Amino acid sequence: MSGFTSQFWASTIDGLTVGSIYALVALGYTLVYGVLQLINFAHSEIFMIGTFAVLGFFGILGLNAPATGFVLVLVILGALIVGAVASGGTALALQFIAYRPLRRRGASRLAALITAIGASLFLREIIGITQGTQRVTVKTRVLEKTQLFTIGSAQVRADKVLVIVAAVVMMILLDRFVNGTRLGRGIRATSQDAESATLMGVNIDRVVSTTFLVGGAMAGVAAALYLIFYENTSYDVGFVLGIKAFTAAVLGGIGNLRGALIGGVAIGLIENYGSSFTFTGAQWRDVIVFGILVLVLLFRPTGLLRETGGSVRA
Amino acid sequence: MSTRLSTLASRWDTGVVVRASNTWSRTSGRGRAIVYTLALLFFLLVVPSGPIATFMAPGSDWRTILFFPIGMFVLLALGLNVVVGYAGLLDLGFVAFFAIGAYTMGILGHDHHWNFWQVLPVGVALAMGAGVLLGSPTLRLRGDYLAIVTLGFGEIVRVTANNLDDFTGGPRGVSSIPHPPSIDSVKIGDSRPFHYGVLDARPYYYLIVIVIVIVIVAAKRLERSRVGRSWAAIREDEDAAELMGVPTLKFKLWAFAIGAAIAGAGGVFYAGQASAISPPNFSFEVSVMILAAVVLGGSGNIPGVILGAFLVAWLPERFRGFTQYRFLIFGALLVVLMIYRPQGLLPSRRRRAELVEGGGGGMGRMGGDVGSAEQRREVDE
Repeated sequence: MSGFTSQFWASTIDGLTVGSIYALVALGYTLVYGVLQLINFAHSEIFMIGTFAVLGFFGILGLNAPATGFVLVLVILGALIVGAVASGGTALALQFIAYRPLRRRGASRLAALITAIGASLFLREIIGITQGTQRVTVKTRVLEKTQLFTIGSAQVRADKVLVIVAAVVMMILLDRFVNGTRLGRGIRATSQDAESATLMGVNIDRVVSTTFLVGGAMAGVAAALYLIFYENTSYDVGFVLGIKAFTAAVLGGIGNLRGALIGGVAIGLIENYGSSFTFTGAQWRDVIVFGILVLVLLFRPTGLLRETGGSVRA
Repeated sequence: MSTRLSTLASRWDTGVVVRASNTWSRTSGRGRAIVYTLALLFFLLVVPSGPIATFMAPGSDWRTILFFPIGMFVLLALGLNVVVGYAGLLDLGFVAFFAIGAYTMGILGHDHHWNFWQVLPVGVALAMGAGVLLGSPTLRLRGDYLAIVTLGFGEIVRVTANNLDDFTGGPRGVSSIPHPPSIDSVKIGDSRPFHYGVLDARPYYYLIVIVIVIVIVAAKRLERSRVGRSWAAIREDEDAAELMGVPTLKFKLWAFAIGAAIAGAGGVFYAGQASAISPPNFSFEVSVMILAAVVLGGSGNIPGVILGAFLVAWLPERFRGFTQYRFLIFGALLVVLMIYRPQGLLPSRRRRAELVEGGGGGMGRMGGDVGSAEQRREVDE
């Protein structure tokens, strides 16, 4: 118990930070599930490719010391854009190469899920073979991890603040996109009732492509933040993180954008509180999350905020 | 490209496969018995022999490979086939039951000095129990949720084995697990078919062939029983099955439990031969390989599943230089296969019809009932 109380504030800050990353990745699962009722198993690999793209970007920049001032802002913005483009592009390519032919044939969802697993393996191994299977680290720290202020007993570092703020901004942008634009309305209509949406003139192909692109871009932003926060990545980084993000999406109610946000933060907090108990410890962190997934599906299979009949409701 | 591939596939189906299956359906009971006996003798005597070994596995010990991975994969794929192929439930954590069987053998055999044959029923029962325990709450879920929950369960089992140092040996695993007791009095020529040692892997191979035969017979009989018909009904349309009075949850649980029991038995045999096990042996990749075997071969069809498992297990061993690329190739293969031939290499007739029509596999169609704009245009014209 003592570990829990003494680390409460530190766990809270860490939980919010990690939870923001989970939430951004969870959005991709939720968006695609809302539109296609497909668990995009390869979404975790889309995130992973984003981390490698951002790593490459940092390598090209070749910083010698952590950036400051205006340069820092540019570097961070650049990283977010590189991540979003790489991941969004991968997601879009995946939709055209793998999922679209299936949709044209009216393939079963089992076939689609197996395709997703295959695509996930393929992407992971491509990076594993070309970039090696060892963990790679960022050579020069990009953002100095200075302590900004303290809450309770916890020190709040600049990188954690960046992650949380950037995630919140992205959520707001996504919310505006889904609720305020024509394409966003198309996405909402398709997830409520695909057939009626088509009859009303919604171009399903465009909606599906947009959904993959937007979901992928969110994962790419998460990847850039992940790399700035953890400063390392590996070819299998997506596997466990992907399951946790999916758990977050299910916990919040899959298909529900705000649910993904709440679910992500909840998972982040739970795993940090959970592993601060002395009798559990960090090695049981993943078991706690999987256990929660099972429990949620048992007692509230529609999630905390209710799965909205497959609809993306923000 | 796609049309050429599908014509090739359809020629294969209407030509070789259909002709073979027609001939087979006309064969009398006695004729079939002769074929079965010959096949069994072929697998017991000819397959592990020298000339075949040099062709099939020039770089490694063919008899060892025959037991693991080939035999083991065939056994596991047959088990997963009950779950995926018959009942249409997607299980992504099948390795968990394999691990439970193996750890039962490891812990009881090493720490408590139990005999292999005493452990076998315990391992099977524990795996089956785990299947029921996992299945009874989760089998109420829709298909894709079930896939993720089983995946999570597979990881829970592996991480638990990794963390419970005192009980499972932690990351080091369990070693010096006893082999099955040998019966050295039985000799054929100078070979001892029941001598379970370290050097000659053939006795283990004989053992697993016998287990596989038992599983095949049981699976065949189940498929044609009331249980098997219920599974087919559940797979094709669960709601309709429920309305027709099929207790779907009960039969889904049975499929889960039977699959788990087979994997548990596989685990006990594996640990009994390998004599050392550790958590990395039971990673998510194993679940994917077994699933790839079932889907590649043709889920629901026993010869197809065996062919798939053989290919998935043998190809990486035969072409060692490509081991690095094996998951890359499997991944690409799964994607291409689902586009051009979702029913697998040797599909059962019924399953083929389901998947070609779409909507089969117990999960409905992708994206509801609306295809792409192009598909509708094709329909309109």
